[in-house]
Amino acid sequence: MKQKKSFAPLGVFALAALITFSGCKQETSSPSSENAEGGSTSAAAGSLTVGFAQVGAESSWRTAETESIKSEAEKRGVNLKFSDAQGKQENQIKAVNGFIAQGVDAIILAPVVETGWEQVLKEAKDAEIPVVLVDRGLNVSDDSLYTTLIASDFVAEGRMAGEWLAKKTDNKASIIELQGTPGAAPAIDRKKGFEEAIKAHEGMKIIASQSGDFRRSGGKEVTEALLKVNGDKVTAIYAHNDDMALGAIQAIEEAGKKPGSDIVVLSIDGVKGAFEAMVKGTLNCTVECSPLLGPLAFDAVEKAVAGETLPKKTIVDDKVYDQSVAADVIDSRKY
Amino acid sequence: MRRFLPLMATFAVLIVLFAAASLMYERFFTARVIANLFSDNAFLGITAIGMTFVILSGGIDLSVGAVLAFTTTFIASLIADHAWHPLAAIPVALLIGTLFGGGMGFLIQRYELPPFLVTLAGMFFARGMAFVVSTESITIEHDFYTTLQDLKIVVGPKAKLKIGALIFLGVLGLAVFLAHWTPFGRNIYAVGGNETSARLMGLPVARTKIMVYALNGFCSALAGVVATLYMPSGNPAVGTGLELDAIAAVVIGGTLLTGGVGYVAGTLGGVLIFGTIQSALIFDGSLNSWWLRIAISVLLLVFILLQRQLSRFTTSPKN
Repeated sequence: MKQKKSFAPLGVFALAALITFSGCKQETSSPSSENAEGGSTSAAAGSLTVGFAQVGAESSWRTAETESIKSEAEKRGVNLKFSDAQGKQENQIKAVNGFIAQGVDAIILAPVVETGWEQVLKEAKDAEIPVVLVDRGLNVSDDSLYTTLIASDFVAEGRMAGEWLAKKTDNKASIIELQGTPGAAPAIDRKKGFEEAIKAHEGMKIIASQSGDFRRSGGKEVTEALLKVNGDKVTAIYAHNDDMALGAIQAIEEAGKKPGSDIVVLSIDGVKGAFEAMVKGTLNCTVECSPLLGPLAFDAVEKAVAGETLPKKTIVDDKVYDQSVAADVIDSRKY
Repeated sequence: MRRFLPLMATFAVLIVLFAAASLMYERFFTARVIANLFSDNAFLGITAIGMTFVILSGGIDLSVGAVLAFTTTFIASLIADHAWHPLAAIPVALLIGTLFGGGMGFLIQRYELPPFLVTLAGMFFARGMAFVVSTESITIEHDFYTTLQDLKIVVGPKAKLKIGALIFLGVLGLAVFLAHWTPFGRNIYAVGGNETSARLMGLPVARTKIMVYALNGFCSALAGVVATLYMPSGNPAVGTGLELDAIAAVVIGGTLLTGGVGYVAGTLGGVLIFGTIQSALIFDGSLNSWWLRIAISVLLLVFILLQRQLSRFTTSPKN
């Protein structure tokens, strides 16, 4: 008798759990059963089920990326399975395995680290599920394990910044360059792209180039020092990211000059702070490094599901924003 | 019968959860998902089995996740940077894990130090050492590793138990044997039940306690090896918080935190409950993944209450 008694609360718990779960079932079962019947053969938009294995929600840039993918899925009528790995690779691998077992049509993956993906990507390949990587690359020996990588082209960002500056200054500028962390891919590529763009113009010269480590304080210190040495010669400052540019603006103001008019300031990333500075008139231009990858990701997914071959890398079309548009777009900036 | 009650409760919860998820999600009730539960949770499972012994003996070990992380970076570094063969690197890593666990056990036993603090120190030390070996994740590229990773037993349509799952099941079998059919196992239950009376009975208390921690160190290192087979890389940040998941799995599996009562098989149930909830959340794809934590917290509470209820019965004068 006693045994029965002690089972009673457990039974109630189990029953409650069952009821709650079966209650949920009614809401979710209709779309998911449609998908299962449609299967992976019907590639028509609207019946796709796509799994998205996201790293986590560690920065506003990443949250903006998640939002972009979620809202694009909704717009296209894609049934999105979203999994937040809480920054752990093992969770991401479990999510991808789960998506495969579920028979999704495609998987979008923002890999948390570069290494250790062969096994799970092989599983996806065996199941003939295309994998679209977003924002970060992978280190795998066999690049047929994924369909395409969608990421920003840092060289192109640097080039766009250089071209904008050439136009703005009529091909005449003495430039201070604030580099990112030495050896970091964005720093190397943004420098390279910028140099490519200004090479064609005789009147444009980088008179000094130093690392500000992608930090606001670094940007400020380097600018202070370089302004002291080069004095009035400096007509433009190019920073590899917005934070350093914001630091540079402070340094210019402290040196008694007007950032944005005496010295042209431009940078890359397109964070909210940069737009605020442009509205104030202290920053001239920023090239965005967009986290809004949803539309591109689903374009790639739809093409891959339809059996089209995609280039291994799809470059995000980053845009240049300057003061003329800053006030109009600042409210719509998501990160 | 009553002593099997927590065990039955664990498996009842597992069955209810799995049935509910199978009703809710297409393709959940498949051999593939069940096989994945073992493959995906192999290293959690192995650490939880080691932890079961520690908790049965009345102790606790917080270092398991960190030892696992150290093992992955250690093996990856030996193979990638020092051109060791995996067959040489893996035994060395297992030996280090065992000695590390045994060392903590010795400190706990010899100086009567609280296991919580000794293993907390062990956790910091092993995590630190993992980052000393490498601050970044190191890829393991070796033909032998690829061969190991491709080992599998097909158990159903599109369902296979991979090497990690096979090791997990092997460890499980050995652990059940060790716990219930060897003097060492009986000593663990005796020490965990009442250390003083175990000593008065002339049981080798000191040796048993040290060996329990050594065994758990071995399990943690083995879980590290399995982790490198799961993600062929050494990552110093892997397995943060794993010790707490393992403890939760053990408790949900019906083992009393005060020691002396519980079953290795229950721990399997706890691990599978963990995996089932996580899989269900992935299949759902719209719920926040943090619901796993909330579900586990509710289950933990239910099981602690259940155990309290049961221990009240067993200490009643009738028994």
